[in-house]
Amino acid sequence: MVNVTGLDLKNPTILAAGIMGTTGAAMIRMVKAGAGAVVTKSIGPEPKIGHSNPSMIQLDCGYINAMGLPNPSYADFVDEIRIVKEAVDVPVIASIFGGDATEFVQVAEGLGSADPDAFELNVSCPHADGYGATIGSDPALVEDITRTVRDAVDVPVWVKLTPNVTDIVDIGKAAQRGGADAVVAINTVRAMAIDVASGYPILGNRFGGLSGAAIRPIAVKCIYDLYQALDIPIIGVGGVSTWQDSVELIMAGASAVQIGSAVVDSPYVFRHVSNGIERYLDEKDHAGIEDIIGIAHEMI
Amino acid sequence: MRPIDTRIIRTIQETPSTRTFFFDVSFDDAQPGQFVMVWARGVDEVPMTLSYINAITVQKVGDCTSHIVALSEGDSLGIRGPLGNGFTMPEKDERILFVAGGVGSAPLAPLADRATSIGASVVSVLGARNSDELIFEERFSQAGEVYVTTDDGSSGRCGFVTDQLLDMDVAMFDHIYVCGPEIMMYKVFENLRDKQVHGRAEFSLHRYFKCGIGVCGACCMDPTGLRVCKDGPVFNGLQLESSEFGKYKRSACGQKISI
Ligand SMILES: Cc1cc2nc3c(=O)[nH]c(=O)nc-3n(C[C@H](O)[C@H](O)[C@H](O)COP(=O)(O)O)c2cc1C
Repeated sequence: MVNVTGLDLKNPTILAAGIMGTTGAAMIRMVKAGAGAVVTKSIGPEPKIGHSNPSMIQLDCGYINAMGLPNPSYADFVDEIRIVKEAVDVPVIASIFGGDATEFVQVAEGLGSADPDAFELNVSCPHADGYGATIGSDPALVEDITRTVRDAVDVPVWVKLTPNVTDIVDIGKAAQRGGADAVVAINTVRAMAIDVASGYPILGNRFGGLSGAAIRPIAVKCIYDLYQALDIPIIGVGGVSTWQDSVELIMAGASAVQIGSAVVDSPYVFRHVSNGIERYLDEKDHAGIEDIIGIAHEMI
Repeated sequence: MRPIDTRIIRTIQETPSTRTFFFDVSFDDAQPGQFVMVWARGVDEVPMTLSYINAITVQKVGDCTSHIVALSEGDSLGIRGPLGNGFTMPEKDERILFVAGGVGSAPLAPLADRATSIGASVVSVLGARNSDELIFEERFSQAGEVYVTTDDGSSGRCGFVTDQLLDMDVAMFDHIYVCGPEIMMYKVFENLRDKQVHGRAEFSLHRYFKCGIGVCGACCMDPTGLRVCKDGPVFNGLQLESSEFGKYKRSACGQKISI
């Protein structure tokens, strides 16, 4: 059991936003496969079909995607949250987005009746004009949106950060000032792939975000810097597919880790990673994950 | 994988709305029933099941398929695959039933070719709206006996594939392979379930795919959360019991649409 922002996670692995999170059934499957908590697909005020395909491609070093925040709107998604909540005993975190503070609150309140255990504010999607990272690169907007949602809901608010800024710490501090209970780092890294046979950018949206193994070193550094500067917990995400990967993020300063792209082969990645963390803590005679959170900062 | 650049080397107009495209690239390790993501550059990317080891058969249904159907020899497409899980391979001496509706015969035809080559005993029921829309009949005929049904009676029996199934002893088959419009597949499913043989049946499903590689979750089935692109697109009848199959699917934004 791990406690993050007052939520009891069954283990430190969490399903990342936008992965297997469009239906209640898919999220239940991830919990059965060992996820200690789940984050839903990012949900907005209106139905959105997202960008045209190809929307995700596997590269040698990871994946690039530009889904374009497809979602059925909060009105049509609230039942999916109810379905997961009824079936599982782990926290269900609703990821939400909007164009401004009012829309964020509209979505949070719209999903409220399904009792999500926390909200994760997506101010970090790198390929949705007017949403996500467009907002998340501006500390004043992040602070304002965080504060407005924080005041409107009575569950923890996590703010998911983009690495596509000069200094992620500025944005993390803005979230903290706005009253965030935790920050989540990182969303995907802006990236592009071009088809050399034709010259066409491969993604339907032309560019997108990099995920998977390639971004883990970026995540580690972002988490490391945030840990040094913030007082609130950090939830690490980016390129985790083994227990070693997750321990690396935890040692940089993460209190829990999210897993996204690595579900590609098997949803049981959650069980493998969390069992691995537990074995490691046992072997090293640690009482719990707290013993190693941010430990890299002391090793000088 | 990045899309592989494939050139169209031959096309066959199968029906007024359906064409087969042969490529200069052959997917030799593809199992019948696996699919590829077909990228019409600058337009969109759609899943297609292989109808031959080096071909897809495309019916014009939307923007992207309309674009593909208009391509000719020498044009190229970007292709990722093979992806997903194919049909269980039959063995020599096993008895096989194919049930296909319309262009649903395309994914089954390579399996019929395989069955012919290993000497399995095959019966096929092919349904179509009319005789013009009947495709790959000769590939199934080479594998064994064929029953044709058409909605208008222009070829074979006037009616649906399920009318034909009611006249047959479906319990005599070791494997039953089904592909076609979902409403038709569901009727077949009910028919086989009534006789408690749906566990020997495999269905090739269609859902809206985004990532196509099992990450995003857009094609997950209720209530199992199975991914059609990665855990399917072929499912055993037992996996489809009490599921959304035959009832609803989801749109690109995730809203439910009745079948
Ligand atoms: C297909 C796909 C869809 C995603 N959708 C969202 C989303 O809706 N909201 C969000 O905050 N992050 C989204 N992300 C980002 C992930 O949650 C995660 O931050 C990122 O992929 C890095 O983790 P990973 O390397 O484990 O995949 C998405 C990522 C992928 C690959």
